[in-house]
Amino acid sequence: MRFTVNGRSIDEEVDLRISLLDLLRDQVGLTGTKKGCNQGACGACTVLVDGERINACLALAVQYQDRSIVTVEGLADGDTLHPLQKAFIAHDGFQCGYCTPGQICSAIAMADELSRGMPSAVTPDLTGIAILSHDELRERMSGNLCRCGAHNGIVAAIAETFGTGAAAPEEVAA
Amino acid sequence: MSIMDIARTALRHVPDALVPGAKPSPMRGQHGQIGAPVSRLDGVLKVGGAARFVSEVPMEEMLYAALVHSTIAKGRIATLDTAAAEAAPGVALVMTHRNAPKMRAPQAFGQGSGVAGSNLPIMQDDAVHWNGEAIALVLADTQAQADHAAALVSVTYDASPATIDFDAARADAQHPKSILGEPPVLDIGDAEKALAAAPHKVDLRYTTPRHNHNAIEPHGATVRWDGDTLILHDATQMLNGTAATVADVFGLKPEQVRVLSPFVGGGFGGKGLWSHQILAAAAAKLSGRPVRLSLTREAVYRLVGGRTLTEQRVGLGADADGRLTALIHTGVTSMTSHNNCPEQFTFPARHLYAAGSFHLEQHIAEMDMLANTFMRAPGESIGTFALECAIDELAERLGIDPIELRRRNEPTEDPTSGNAFSSRHLLKAYADGAKRFGWERRNATPSSRREGEWLIGMGVATATYPYYRMPGAAARIEMDASGHATVAIAGQEMGMGTATVQAQHAADRLGLPLEAVTFEYGDSALPAGVMAGGSAQTTSILAAVAAASDELIGAFVKLAGNDSPIAGRRADELVARDGGLARADEPSAHESYASILARAGRSSLTVETAAPKPVETMKYSMHSYGAQFAEVGVNAVTGEVRVRRFLGSFDCGRILNPKTATSQFRGGIIMGIGLALMEETLFDPRTGRVMNPSLAEYHVPVHLDVPEIDVIWTDIPDPHTPLGAHGIGEIGITGTAAAIANAIHNATGRRLRDLPMTLDKLL
Ligand code: FES
Ligand code: FES
Repeated sequence: MRFTVNGRSIDEEVDLRISLLDLLRDQVGLTGTKKGCNQGACGACTVLVDGERINACLALAVQYQDRSIVTVEGLADGDTLHPLQKAFIAHDGFQCGYCTPGQICSAIAMADELSRGMPSAVTPDLTGIAILSHDELRERMSGNLCRCGAHNGIVAAIAETFGTGAAAPEEVAA
Repeated sequence: MSIMDIARTALRHVPDALVPGAKPSPMRGQHGQIGAPVSRLDGVLKVGGAARFVSEVPMEEMLYAALVHSTIAKGRIATLDTAAAEAAPGVALVMTHRNAPKMRAPQAFGQGSGVAGSNLPIMQDDAVHWNGEAIALVLADTQAQADHAAALVSVTYDASPATIDFDAARADAQHPKSILGEPPVLDIGDAEKALAAAPHKVDLRYTTPRHNHNAIEPHGATVRWDGDTLILHDATQMLNGTAATVADVFGLKPEQVRVLSPFVGGGFGGKGLWSHQILAAAAAKLSGRPVRLSLTREAVYRLVGGRTLTEQRVGLGADADGRLTALIHTGVTSMTSHNNCPEQFTFPARHLYAAGSFHLEQHIAEMDMLANTFMRAPGESIGTFALECAIDELAERLGIDPIELRRRNEPTEDPTSGNAFSSRHLLKAYADGAKRFGWERRNATPSSRREGEWLIGMGVATATYPYYRMPGAAARIEMDASGHATVAIAGQEMGMGTATVQAQHAADRLGLPLEAVTFEYGDSALPAGVMAGGSAQTTSILAAVAAASDELIGAFVKLAGNDSPIAGRRADELVARDGGLARADEPSAHESYASILARAGRSSLTVETAAPKPVETMKYSMHSYGAQFAEVGVNAVTGEVRVRRFLGSFDCGRILNPKTATSQFRGGIIMGIGLALMEETLFDPRTGRVMNPSLAEYHVPVHLDVPEIDVIWTDIPDPHTPLGAHGIGEIGITGTAAAIANAIHNATGRRLRDLPMTLDKLL
């Protein structure tokens, strides 16, 4: 079966039972995408498929033939990191780094969803344009768990990369 | 009196100068790395997905493992049919107690040099010891094949009666022999009598549930045998202890087991030695091929212990001025007969308040369950919940501000040991925190602030965690011909920033730019490290690196000889700077390490030195402190609690890297938010089985639960520790739940004394 991963076409014999996550990690050798729960609860396995974020652990590999799959290994431009990757380092958006690839892939697609006007559970006005407020950002990233507690740094990195001043805690302003 | 007590008492009267190791090695001048907000050195690897974790290490001809878990709490395996599994496609073998290699039971933590979570034998007979124990392991060419085959193993049991109901087990609760070297009962005066006689008092019960660490990286092991040497790729907080304990299990010498663990995807106390590493090694031996055993999330809950539950009582008696006349903190936890982890929840009460009398006592109820273990601030995290909520209630009864009540009870020496404090600036942490948080805006009358549906309240509580430094660390430093230093020690990095901070430290000690230092760690073959536990790794390594740096500089002085600009000076008359050594009194008299090496015709110079023994902890009462401030909103309709603002104000000695330190403090506080509001491992008292072994049903804080967390610190160095530093990995979780509970009370007038404080408890 043919897959396109990080712009590269690959041919793999695939056990019909396996997930896209196991295909990437165990067969293709792209271990940057992480497995935290294998049941869609943690977001560590988030990859981009045609620009949209999915949990690769819940995706059957066979369904993703000929789709464009991008993993964390495919975000940098040669030696130049993606701006969000740089921001994660600058804002200390990780400790152990295990949730990090998922957080980064998720945030990139999240910014795109927002720009397409997709609302979230906390969007106040469904007819207006959602802006990347502190709550919007945190709500939209809540599918990516971080047990080290790097949340503040993650939010700051995303806000700096995709929004303006969105990390400013609204609650504190009062 | 124990030997420890005698040594402590004797040391108390010895001047610092005479105590070896009690005086930290001074820095030779300041170079600006220590204290700088340096970004993590492994950042590029981690954001790019290039950091390889345990279940990602490639091996030729490797087999994948899957486990079958017991479904009873105690008894024997009656029948075990593996034929269908063995016949399944891709299966190499099925390992059970019938064919597993003979192995000694591992030594548990606290037993000899062992570090295992439990000392039960592993897959050696048909006995079942807890619900979820591994009873069979399938090896196959792919994970999917192994998983499928494991489902084909069929088992029946002869169950025997098990103690799995805490309420029943509590009836036979006993004192543990000791609580990490401290007595399980501590009495000063007659606290019960003083409490009865006190004009103002509280006497309250608290409960805290079981918790699981839930590091996002599940445990795993990728192993191979190289003759009779075992290569164990692990995710561990205890490299050397794992090597020694596993070696003993297989009848090997410690150096025949090499444990590699350069990246650990979160630990929090959970990444220790459990049965899975030993099972993987046994299966690799049996099959003659490399093996990877990656635990599923559910298997982590079945095989790796978490924090045990507690029932606690806090009784506080005070005079009219709020001075404590009695402090009682007692309670029960559950443990097993095969581990030693008593969850020291009475430790904070031993050091925080100058009470007139004390009664501290811990009981253990033995149960047939997976061994419990250390989880971030074992004891202090949940002990401060009870103690600091009770202090808040007492303050309310007295009509005294809770910060003022703490000020009135601030001790001048350790109230239970009598030792001097090495460094204690808790009141400053309170003052600084109160100012920054706007504590004066709090209305002491509950339910007095409302915004729409939301009742708003503020709460405060003390954070505390002991300072430890562990013996046994040794560092090697190699300086090469280009003046690049490689510092090596079997240390662990699970996100604390170990490698970054130690590279900063070595750079300053040796007068090198950060780029000229490499820090090697994560390999048990390196000079001995200490486990990453007790918030002690940083200071333990600091001491070893300091000692090795001194020795290296001494060796360079010798090597420099008489033709050097630094000739004729002793090491203590020199400063390290600009990639070499200079005279302290004549800075232009300088020679670089590279030049000294070149002149001597050497390609490198290497030293290896052990840290001095941590005697400072015997002489002083050594702790970190903090003041935790929370502002919560409680929904008046639904009972939902949101943490709106949080500030941690810490007194933890000198902060070595403000960027990584902030993350550690925040990480602890966020786990404390989870502890306060949502975390609970549900244990079925009828079957002894964990009922929510998944991240979907065990709730940890997600992004929307986490407000921007403000962190400040006194930055006052402790004069008795390496670099004046304290470990800071655990203190953040302490006091957090109490601050939130006290804020909930301020918001609603309700006192919640049972964790987690979920919305149903507020309806
Ligand atoms: S591994 Fe896919 S969501 Fe957790
Ligand atoms: S950085 Fe460790 S889980 Fe997020």
